[in-house]
Amino acid sequence: MASLKDLRNRIASVKSTQKITAAMKMVAASKLKRAQDQAEAARPYAERMERMLGSLAAAVGSSAGAPKLLSGTGADRVHLLVVVTADRGLCGAFNGQVVRAARNLVHKLKADGKEVKILCVGRKGRDGLKRDFAGMILDTLDGLTRRGVQVEAADAIAARVSAMFADGDFDVCNVLYNRFKSAISQEFTSQQIIPFPAPLAPAAEDGARAAGPAAIYEFEPEEEAILKDILPRNLGIQLYRALLESYAGEQGARMAAMDNATRNAGEMIGRLTLNYNRTRQASITREMIEIVSGAEAV
Amino acid sequence: MVDKVEFELVSPAKLLYAGAVDMVVVPGSEGDFGVLPGHAPLISLVRPGVINIHDEGRVEQRIFVAGGFAEVTQTRCTVLADEAMPVTDIDRAKAEGRLQAARVRLGEADSEADKAAAWHEIGVAEALISAAG
Repeated sequence: MASLKDLRNRIASVKSTQKITAAMKMVAASKLKRAQDQAEAARPYAERMERMLGSLAAAVGSSAGAPKLLSGTGADRVHLLVVVTADRGLCGAFNGQVVRAARNLVHKLKADGKEVKILCVGRKGRDGLKRDFAGMILDTLDGLTRRGVQVEAADAIAARVSAMFADGDFDVCNVLYNRFKSAISQEFTSQQIIPFPAPLAPAAEDGARAAGPAAIYEFEPEEEAILKDILPRNLGIQLYRALLESYAGEQGARMAAMDNATRNAGEMIGRLTLNYNRTRQASITREMIEIVSGAEAV
Repeated sequence: MVDKVEFELVSPAKLLYAGAVDMVVVPGSEGDFGVLPGHAPLISLVRPGVINIHDEGRVEQRIFVAGGFAEVTQTRCTVLADEAMPVTDIDRAKAEGRLQAARVRLGEADSEADKAAAWHEIGVAEALISAAG
C-alpha cells in the first residue's frame, strides 16, 4: 500500500497536469474561434473559384491546347500525396486519422502498380509515415501554422507543387487533410488538385447556363490566357483552404482532447483523495489501537 | 429584380460585398467594362484598379482590387479579387511604402519569376496610390 507521502505527491502531480491541460484547452478554444472564422470566410472564394473554373473547363474542353494543370499529363503513373497534419500532438486522433488514411491510400496505390511520392505538411505526418515509407517522403514543411494560416504559406506550397509538375515529377496530385466539420468532429478528405477534376455535371443554377454551358461565355483575353492565370491561383487557394480547414480541425480536436484530459484528471484526483483519506484514517485508527492495547497491558 | 444585377466581391480572406445593384464597373485586363442586367456571359481577368458600384443613381461604393477574375452572367457578376479593400480604407503612406518595397524587390530579383512578381507588385502599389489620390 502506498504511503501517505506517496499519495500526497501523486495528487499534487495530477493537479499540476490538470492545470496544464485546462490551460491548453482554453488556448485551443480561443484559437479555434479565430481559425473557424477564417476557414469559413475563405469558403466563398474557393467555391466561386471552383465554379468559374468549371465553366472555363467546360468551354476549353479537353482540346489539345488545354494547359496540363487542367487536362493532366495523360498518364496516371506517379501520384503525389500532400499530407496535411498538425505540427504538434496532444490533439486526440486528429493526426492519426490522416496518417492512417494516407497509409491505406499508399498501399492501395502501390497495389495498383503506381509510384507514390509524399509531401508532408506538418511534422506529425512525417513522424507517422516515415517508418513505413521513408523513401517516398520528398520533404516535410513544418512551422507553417505557428502564427496562424497565411496565404503566402499556401502559395509557397503551390509554387513548389506546380514546379514539380512542370518538371514532370508526377501525374496526379491529391491533398489529404481533415476537413473541419464542427468543434468536435473532423472529416478526413482526399481532394484531387492536379489535374483539376472536371465537374461531373454543369451546374444548372441559372437558365442561361443550363441552356448550354460550353458555348455561351465570352472571354477576355482568350481562354488559354485566363486559364494560365487562374489555374496556379486555384492551386494556391485549394491548398490554402486545406490548411485552414486542417488548422481549425486541429484546434477543435485539441480542445476536445484537452477537455477529456482535464475531466479524467479531475476523476483521478477524486479517487486519489478518497484513497488518501482512507489511508490516513486507517493509520490513525491503528495508532489508537496501539495506544489502547498498550494501556490495557499495563 | 429585373433591372438589378447580383454583385458579389470575394477575396480569399472574406466576402466583401454581396447584393443587388444597378451597375458595376470592373477594371478588366482589356479595359474597364460596366455590367448591367442582361450582360452577355463573360469571364475576364481583372487588373489592379477600382470597382465602382452604382446603385440608386449614384456611385454607392468604390472598392480597390489588386487583380483577380470576374465572371459575368445575365443576372450575376462575381469578382474574385486577389486582395480587396474599400477605397476609403486605403492608407496612402502604407501604399507608398509598398511601392518602395516592390522597387527594392525588383532590384534584387534574379529570376524571371521573381521579376514578374515584383513588376506585378509595383503595378498593384501604383494602382493603390492612384486610387487613394
